[in-house]
Amino acid sequence: MASPVPPPTSPTATGIPVAVRGLRKSFGDQAVLKGVDLDIRAGEVFVLMGPSGSGKSVFLRHLIGLEAPDTGEILLGGELATSEGLGERYRLAMVFQSGGLLNSLTVGENVGLYLSEHQLKPTAEIARIVAEKLAAVRLEPSVAVKYPTELSGGMRKRVAIARALVTDPQLVLFDEPTSELDPLVALAIGREIVGLNHRTGATIVVVTHDRDLAFGIADRIAFLDGGEIAAIGTPAEMRASRHPLLQQFLAADFKPE
Amino acid sequence: MFQNFGEMLLLFVAVGRALPRVWRERRKVAEQLFDIGNASLFMACTLSLFIGGVLALQTGPVLVERGLGSALGGLVALGLCKELAPVMMAVLIAGRIGSAMAAELGSMRVYQEIDALRTLNINPVHYLVLPRVVAISLALPCLVVFANLVGWLGGAIVSLLNDRIAVSWSGYFGNIRETVDFSDVANGLVKSFVFAVVIGVVSCHQGLTTLGGPRGVGRSVTKAVVNSLVLILLLDYVLTRMLLPFDKGWRF
Repeated sequence: MASPVPPPTSPTATGIPVAVRGLRKSFGDQAVLKGVDLDIRAGEVFVLMGPSGSGKSVFLRHLIGLEAPDTGEILLGGELATSEGLGERYRLAMVFQSGGLLNSLTVGENVGLYLSEHQLKPTAEIARIVAEKLAAVRLEPSVAVKYPTELSGGMRKRVAIARALVTDPQLVLFDEPTSELDPLVALAIGREIVGLNHRTGATIVVVTHDRDLAFGIADRIAFLDGGEIAAIGTPAEMRASRHPLLQQFLAADFKPE
Repeated sequence: MFQNFGEMLLLFVAVGRALPRVWRERRKVAEQLFDIGNASLFMACTLSLFIGGVLALQTGPVLVERGLGSALGGLVALGLCKELAPVMMAVLIAGRIGSAMAAELGSMRVYQEIDALRTLNINPVHYLVLPRVVAISLALPCLVVFANLVGWLGGAIVSLLNDRIAVSWSGYFGNIRETVDFSDVANGLVKSFVFAVVIGVVSCHQGLTTLGGPRGVGRSVTKAVVNSLVLILLLDYVLTRMLLPFDKGWRF
């Protein structure tokens, strides 16, 4: 039976570039994105930072087609994101803030869902790939039979990453990957993201508030403020930026009075 | 409630177009059927037993007073199979299964599980809605068959035991055999199938369009049940009118 999706053919993916042109999005009267222009290079780790409500997650949802722009265009690998059959030519994955794991399925079923649902591999092969992907995010094979509700927040995030890895993605989007995690687990997740980039060459876009994570993993960082890109550059360039809100954002450490 | 009517129709069309995939989704259909049967069969039988009994209790003495006691079985059976069983079972399923469907899909939406399916190129209509709508459409007519049989039995027990009625077992069931056509039972089954599709589509639509957190899930559940009930009662009249020409056919 013909498959509507591309099977993961190679153990390594090659990242694809992303170009965003004049992206605008409003919900009712509220303009969330006010003309975002951005180029994300193939194979880089790109971090989008910004205060709460600045439109970071909405931007990310546009990249993977969960939202449609009011105006503007998104090019993935040089092709319009709305092009017919784009999903058959490029493999995209997203790791959600909550993990987005299906609570009615076991961890193993969650990780193998893409393969089983599209009937891309036989059951035994899926079990082998699931074990391999769980090992890639340093989870024991025994976790496969547990349900997501039996796992800690950090383990759920790792399972979500393993599920994303199954597609051998060329573009991986992370929405607040370290939210609600303690610093040690956050550090481990940051290492997973960088490791994923090094192993597969996939383009990685991370949306986060977490300054340590952003400056620790990013090749480049963009700062989104009020629905517009306020600053963009390497971590060193961003530290040197004179944008007032970015400076406040970087200097905002709690000091007892 | 008519605000989302167009979206519900589109979902109905999408489910119809996905029907050729139903064999591939048979495991999920079977799981849903098991859940529906497990949650509803005992309650459906209990409800029907008492509905049949009450129907006999309300009409029996009046008929007996007028010398029409022998018509009681047919009256109870017709009332049940053409109207009460399909409508009452649909109400039961809307409250028990429709609400659960809306809550489950609503939670999945709130916790980004449905978005996650989309990013894996898995169509939520194929994966979540199709098995539920097919399962409920198979389960509700089956429940109506059970409800008919148990309801007839409930009427028979009351007719036999109540002093003011005192219609014999053989008289009661003999009258059912004389009065009830296959078309009467089929009439109720057709109604229940339509009600099931309505409950499935309305509940899944409410679940898939849930916004906000747990309060949003609560709102979706309420809307799923209320909208299903309103549509069931409206469609009941329309279907009854449409099925009138098919009233006479086979006899049991």
